[in-house]
Amino acid sequence: MTAALDRPTSVSPESVSLPKRHYLNSGYTVRSWLFTTDHKRIALLYLVSITAFFVLGGIAATLVRLDLMTPQADLVRSETYNKLFTAHGVIMIFFFLVPSIPAVMGNFLVPLMLGARDLAFPRLNLLSWYVYMVGGVFTLYALLAGGVDTGWTFYAPYSSTYSNTYVMATAVGIFITGFSSILTGLNFIVTIHKMRAPGQVWFRLPLFIWSIYATSIIMVLGTPVLAITLVLVGLERLLGLGIFDPRLGGDPILFQHLFWFYSHPAVYIMILPSMGVVSEIIPCFCRKRPFGYEFIGFSSFAIAAFSFLVWGHHLFVSGQSIYAGLVFSMLSYLVAIPSAVKVFNWTATLHKGSISFDTPMLYALGFVGLFTMGGLTGLFVAALAVDVHVHDTYFIVAHFHYIMVGGAVMGYLGAIHFWWPKMTGRLYPEGWARLSAILIFVGFNLTFFPQYILGYLGMPRRYHIYPPEFQVLNVMSSAGASILGVGYLFPLTYLIWSLFYGKVASANPWRAAGLEWQTPSPPPTENFARTPVVRHEAYDYPAIDNQQVEEGLR
Amino acid sequence: MTIDSHTHVESPLAHQFDDLEQQRAAADLGMWLFLATELMFFAGLFLTYFLYRLNDEAAFAAASHHLDVVWGTVNTAVLLTSSLTVAISVHAAQSRDQRKLTQLLAATIGLGTLFVAIKGWEYHGKYQHGLMPLMGLPFRWDVDSTRPGAELFYDLYYVMTGVHLLHMVIGLGLMLVLLVKAMRGGLLGDFATPVRMIGLYWHFVDVIWVFLFPLLYLIGAHP
Amino acid sequence: MIDDGFRLMPEQASTLAPSVDLLYYFLLSVSTFFTVLIAVLIVYFSIKYRRGNQQVDRSKGEDHSLWLEVLWMVVPLLISMAIFAWGASLYYSEYRPPDDAIEIRGVGKQWMWKFQHPSGQREINDLHVPLGYPVKLTLISEDVIHSFFVPAFRTKRDVVPGRYTNCWFEATRTGTFHLFCAEYCGTNHSRMIGRVIVMEPAEYERWLANSNMQESPLAAGKRLYEEFRCVTCHRPEGATGRCPPLEGLFGRDVKLVDGTTVPADETYLRESILRPAAKVVAGFEPLMPSYEGQISEEQLIYLITYIKSLAKP
Repeated sequence: MTAALDRPTSVSPESVSLPKRHYLNSGYTVRSWLFTTDHKRIALLYLVSITAFFVLGGIAATLVRLDLMTPQADLVRSETYNKLFTAHGVIMIFFFLVPSIPAVMGNFLVPLMLGARDLAFPRLNLLSWYVYMVGGVFTLYALLAGGVDTGWTFYAPYSSTYSNTYVMATAVGIFITGFSSILTGLNFIVTIHKMRAPGQVWFRLPLFIWSIYATSIIMVLGTPVLAITLVLVGLERLLGLGIFDPRLGGDPILFQHLFWFYSHPAVYIMILPSMGVVSEIIPCFCRKRPFGYEFIGFSSFAIAAFSFLVWGHHLFVSGQSIYAGLVFSMLSYLVAIPSAVKVFNWTATLHKGSISFDTPMLYALGFVGLFTMGGLTGLFVAALAVDVHVHDTYFIVAHFHYIMVGGAVMGYLGAIHFWWPKMTGRLYPEGWARLSAILIFVGFNLTFFPQYILGYLGMPRRYHIYPPEFQVLNVMSSAGASILGVGYLFPLTYLIWSLFYGKVASANPWRAAGLEWQTPSPPPTENFARTPVVRHEAYDYPAIDNQQVEEGLR
Repeated sequence: MTIDSHTHVESPLAHQFDDLEQQRAAADLGMWLFLATELMFFAGLFLTYFLYRLNDEAAFAAASHHLDVVWGTVNTAVLLTSSLTVAISVHAAQSRDQRKLTQLLAATIGLGTLFVAIKGWEYHGKYQHGLMPLMGLPFRWDVDSTRPGAELFYDLYYVMTGVHLLHMVIGLGLMLVLLVKAMRGGLLGDFATPVRMIGLYWHFVDVIWVFLFPLLYLIGAHP
Repeated sequence: MIDDGFRLMPEQASTLAPSVDLLYYFLLSVSTFFTVLIAVLIVYFSIKYRRGNQQVDRSKGEDHSLWLEVLWMVVPLLISMAIFAWGASLYYSEYRPPDDAIEIRGVGKQWMWKFQHPSGQREINDLHVPLGYPVKLTLISEDVIHSFFVPAFRTKRDVVPGRYTNCWFEATRTGTFHLFCAEYCGTNHSRMIGRVIVMEPAEYERWLANSNMQESPLAAGKRLYEEFRCVTCHRPEGATGRCPPLEGLFGRDVKLVDGTTVPADETYLRESILRPAAKVVAGFEPLMPSYEGQISEEQLIYLITYIKSLAKP
């Protein structure tokens, strides 16, 4: 009985009904969605679009893993294989991971968490979705017209001179989408600075906001460097320039410097928001303030700052000077410190908590475990001599999937489940959700753990055919991928189901702190009936619980 | 204060803001952040230029010698003057002087167009002299020893000035929108924010040229 | 034959391999320790402080502790700096070949490896090396970026167009090992593989003698030097030439017209043949024409080998 008492919504779901007027029923026409400037509706536009891209990227990954079941090329030809892994990388990174939490959850939550009516620039926000879609169309065109085979890293001179696939269209697509990312980041920074509700001072902000702010800084300062790099590659193909052409004294290694100046920080664009999500979920399901609030908050900024100083660790074997290698290796280890700080603080938050294991919490704990493993293998690849061996092997593939799928996607799914009642006003079936969280965790590890071993054995990444001794581990990985794939299909199904048949959620089903829970689910278009005034620090769970005991569980 | 009470007159205050001061501060911060983005965009180009120049100073200097310093200087003057007209136009908008605002915006557009025209004239001259190694056009460079470096210089010259020129054209488009709005009596007083924002953008594009001009035309060209 | 049995660790076949593996094992134990630590703490707390458990004491639940924060910042920092120093010292020696190494030239192109031994033997996709001798590879690409990777040696080096890169190894086991291209280089990237064959020194000598001997790089370089008429300008020291003499040049520091100095290494020689005006020697005019597009990567290697030989009297 205690469990039921703890969750007021499950006592009498019939007593809760959807609010009469909310942002979802403010208009039903297509026009009311495509021309909306409501941050919550734009978040849903993003949600639908990035889910579509996720499915596309997932299909590409499925084909890649299927082909790797055997050492020979038996499913597709090498040209096709190369296009498949490129499509997987380009779609997942630029069209799913980078916009995932910022553009969906950030868009939905930032104004709500600040107590604001909308983002600072609502029309710019809508524009950023259109920009994203236009970029997506270019990239999809490239994929449908014949594909692109450069890998998502577009290394010159292969991309600039040698590849005869649709590099231009893809580069244009990513270039355009980059602006969407810049506009989103810019909007968040301005909103967080200028639109906080009365009393919502910096140290009362939810940690999600801190992490989104740090992410936005990277988006605003990093993305334009990728943009100019792609412009140079594009112009080299289009006009026959020779900026990266060794015959004119151009340097293909410069491309890598420019590319990784964005693309290494971009990893943190993907992981920092997930860290913010986990910092929201763990305190809520422990009924405790997060341990070391300031340290978790500032470590986000430390990660963002260090992220701009470590790009050279992608060039340890490229022929950059040995001394540059030494400096970049040392700087790379500095990122480990704020990451460790976060993991330890999340773990310490559990101490003396009152822990329940609802789906968001399962994802959050899964995130901590997988991020720890991904982060620790970062120590391997930052160690110069070990990196020389594992560079461009499956060890790297496993490492960044642990961060970007084990970390970022687990965080994203955790966020979707945590805020789903707020976004839709409906609860999802808890049993199915827990089952799929566990499936995803198991499938993920089975897919990617063998790849660490494969990598140290020496299997290079982007290999279509491989020596037969690597087959056992590849089959394990493909088997895991099938479990992972099924795991992803579950939420896709039951979340859509819950839109129509899910129980109606109360304003605050998790009894969570945070301003977003103090307005009805789903929120009205203007977010708050009255501008809230913040009088407490964030995550004041003991106070919430005491108050509810006094009120006798309404 | 509700939104409905303001529907009969156009309010300068957007619904998401509490007051004009907040709105103004948000616009300013947003624009500066955008300019930071732009700065990083050009920084990639400047870095590339510096590295390659250091690696092949002689060829870069020789190639730079063929740029037209006179037209470059004229263009710099044109652009600096346009920044002045923009600065005064912001003041005119804030002090509700519609006539002055339209005149200055028109002057800015005139000067900007002049800049683009001169740049186009310069490109044309380069094309005629065979100094446009783009799209398979011949590169007529008679000093064999500096040939590859000079070609690289011209590649960078066209990319850097071309990207700058694109920013100028976008700026002209924005100025044209402002001019139309100003002629219809908008953009005055509390509505002046767009003039100030696009003005900041214009100044930024101007400053980029102030760096491009000496880097491409002046240093090492005339020992 | 290549050993294709299932294994969890790659073979160790170079002097470097055991030391890289040692660092790897250290990293593995550090990672295992912290993963287990976090996992055990999470599981322990999750069970002890589960919501249903009303017996447990939850009073005095802390939400901050400065000494703990300092502890878990300083300990990871110290550990990671130790790893850095360890990895860095190995890396440093890995990319600095010993002076007495056998020098083998490698050229990568889509999608094959071409090697040439000092005495002129060429091979494609195979690389024969003697056991127990340091071997230095000087690598360059004719087209896109490739990467020379021998897992059993724990060594890898990108093969870049337009510049020479080096790596070296000393094999400690005879046998045949995988040679992979590790940098994605186009359609047949995964077919750009080869074999490194480590032989007993005597057997290697025999192999060299039995391979069809071709003109040695040095002889080819001398021939090209004459064919391109380099000697008309680059006169031997003593005679007055319009261009700097090449005798004793390699390995020296060269003073340039702009006052800076550059070491006369392979990359400098290569650049000076292709883009002679980039780094002009002090006291000379930039008269030399560019040989860009008129000379192949292999011919460049021959010329440089010859110029290097001029340094040794």
